[in-house]
Amino acid sequence: MDPSLILRVSAPLLLWVPMVVSLYLLIRGHNDPGGGFVGGLVASAGLVFYAISRGQEAALRAMRLPPATWCGIGLLAALGSGLLAWLDPAAGFLTHRWWFPDIGFKLPLGTALVFDIGVYLTVVGTVTAMVFALVGEEAR
Amino acid sequence: METAFALTIGVLVGAAAYLLLARDLPRALLGFVLLGTAANLSIFAAGRTGTMVPPLVAPGAEALATDAANPLPQALVLTAIVIGFGLAAFALVLVMRAHAEFGSASAEDMDEAERPDDVAAPAAPALNPAAERKEAA
Amino acid sequence: MRQLLLAAPILIPLVACAVTAMLWSRPEAQRRVGLGAAILLFVATLGLMAEVLSGGMVVGQMGNWPAPFGITLVVDHLSAAMLVITGLMGLAVAVYAMGPGAQERDRAGFQPLFHALLLGVAGAFSTGDLFNLYVWFEVMLIASFGLLVLDRTREQLDGGIRYVMLNLVGTTLFLLAIGLLYGLTGTLNLADMARVAPEVENQGALAAAAVLLLISFGAKAAVFPLFNWLPASYHTASMPVAAIFAALLTKVGVYAIIRVFTLVFAHDHALFGPLVGVIAMATMVVGVLGAAAHYDIRRILSFHIISQIGYMLVGVALMTPLAIAGSVLYVIHHIVVKANLFLVAGAVRQVGGSFALARLGGLWVTAPLLGLMFLVPALSLAGIPPLSGFWGKLVVIRAGLEAEAFVLAGVALAVGLLTLYSMIKIWNEAFWKAAPDTAPAPEWTRGQRIATFAPIVLLCGVTLTIGLWTEPFAAFSLAAAEALLDREAYIAAVLRPHPTQLAEVLP
Repeated sequence: MDPSLILRVSAPLLLWVPMVVSLYLLIRGHNDPGGGFVGGLVASAGLVFYAISRGQEAALRAMRLPPATWCGIGLLAALGSGLLAWLDPAAGFLTHRWWFPDIGFKLPLGTALVFDIGVYLTVVGTVTAMVFALVGEEAR
Repeated sequence: METAFALTIGVLVGAAAYLLLARDLPRALLGFVLLGTAANLSIFAAGRTGTMVPPLVAPGAEALATDAANPLPQALVLTAIVIGFGLAAFALVLVMRAHAEFGSASAEDMDEAERPDDVAAPAAPALNPAAERKEAA
Repeated sequence: MRQLLLAAPILIPLVACAVTAMLWSRPEAQRRVGLGAAILLFVATLGLMAEVLSGGMVVGQMGNWPAPFGITLVVDHLSAAMLVITGLMGLAVAVYAMGPGAQERDRAGFQPLFHALLLGVAGAFSTGDLFNLYVWFEVMLIASFGLLVLDRTREQLDGGIRYVMLNLVGTTLFLLAIGLLYGLTGTLNLADMARVAPEVENQGALAAAAVLLLISFGAKAAVFPLFNWLPASYHTASMPVAAIFAALLTKVGVYAIIRVFTLVFAHDHALFGPLVGVIAMATMVVGVLGAAAHYDIRRILSFHIISQIGYMLVGVALMTPLAIAGSVLYVIHHIVVKANLFLVAGAVRQVGGSFALARLGGLWVTAPLLGLMFLVPALSLAGIPPLSGFWGKLVVIRAGLEAEAFVLAGVALAVGLLTLYSMIKIWNEAFWKAAPDTAPAPEWTRGQRIATFAPIVLLCGVTLTIGLWTEPFAAFSLAAAEALLDREAYIAAVLRPHPTQLAEVLP
């Protein structure tokens, strides 16, 4: 069954909405409910919706890199957030670090954010890989 | 409150046990999901229930409010949900593949791995597992 | 430095997993990264072992959250030994996986999954936190799911479903037990739990949680009566995968049983000792009888894994220093030998064209070296002196006699004999009898040949070393047993107040 014309035309526009929401959730996770996992799920839901309307190939093209690669980048980012702890050799692995650059206002940045971005990318990679495997199965 | 939790967990485990005994794999998978939910609820109950105050530090405050809920079970349950979700998704993919391959989602129709050892069969061409499998099937 | 070494067995496979996943479309590069990471992991675990031997237990608080609030990594003698052996197996299998079939495997994602498996195993061996152990179990489990159905054949799908279903239920029971234990003791840190457990009022509920843990770890370790998934699935996996599974997966379950029951539930030994003893005996007997009934090398070996798990549980059943030392020695010996047998089985398949004993024969003539390299682990598994298995069995049986568990010791002896029977069966059928009209041996390149035989020779060397130069290994096992039984020292090492240096938090 082919998706309707309206769906196909509006898919690229509708891809942006969940992407922006997912980024908002990611940043919001800093101090409020939200975070990398939820954000990643929303983003992958958007991608899956895109895959349903435009086909899996198009969704993979929209992702630029294969899902496994996103997953790997995410893992490395999460790992890097832990390694940053060793800027102070006495601290344990994964110890939090904070940085407050002053750009008109105090912008609180922490290694937790790096970790969350890693989680976000890993979730996007894993979920899309799994769902595409399922959908690919269906199509066959 | 705890009684309600205990009863819910009991019902969930009972339903899960019933479903897990099914030969139909999607049912068994649902059983697993229910069992996971029961386990999550039990962790939640183990962290003591009874307060509705979220365990978030209010702006300006230095520590949690004293009557705040226990944040640890929430973190644990969140982790467990994520893991359970991943496992269930993988198992679902596997069951679907098996369904496509065997034409059935019932454990009874899958006996490929439990075939008795073939003893007197003629030698199959080496290094061609595909042909060997076809012959065996 | 100690902190870095402590985290290294987790960090190296994690980096390897991430990098190989990023190189998804370049299998050649993946293989190089994978091999490099395996070598690094082995070196790092050796360094950690040296650290433990010289300076005692290595403890680290992740994120500087003091125990019992944060996640603690603890590596004592047993953990260090398991980590070293994980490193060794990772290296051996990483090399072996470059043999025949490497291209197909790598395209299907072998490398990231393999390192994710090592990550889960290494994490499970180093953690000192019950929930964290659960998380590592899951990492290992998901990776093993992927590895098991790597070739996506019908056989593998069927075996995979059996494996997946039983393990899913097993881990969920683990989660349930964690919930109960947290409710009873209010902590998840193993050391803290060990401190609190004897004073818990409701000992009945604690015992129930312990039984749940025993069931879930037992399902992982494939003990009687929860072993069915193992012989139903292992023989379907491709050979490097089966070797790493046989070496490490069940042993993580055994390790968890040893750790939890010597640490947290030691005060309840009167209840669990006899229970584990009966389970150990039943496991030994059922496994070896299953092996006797089969005529496919992989299945015989799968059943032997089960049988040998029984020996490893004797330590927990008796809880004497000698018995636990026997278990430790046995685990070390068994991992090396069993993985090696699976590697040899893969080589037999290459040379002889089949896994079925009926179709094999005459390999002693065509591949005498392979015959020798089968005999070393096979006889060691059966416990022939002076190979490593003999010493393992000797210590276990002697511990049984000293603790006056004569039935247990007798069963262990008898099972040894039956093990010899299965090994002789493979020898007679595959190597000794006249070759049936087999298909011509497959072509393989020089590189593939080296990749296949190098790890086999390496592991044979390790087996011979343990056998002929037992003293340091036995002494180490005794030290490990003493460390395991000295619960106070473990608790003190983990919970002692650490100088916490929280990074700057205020703006």
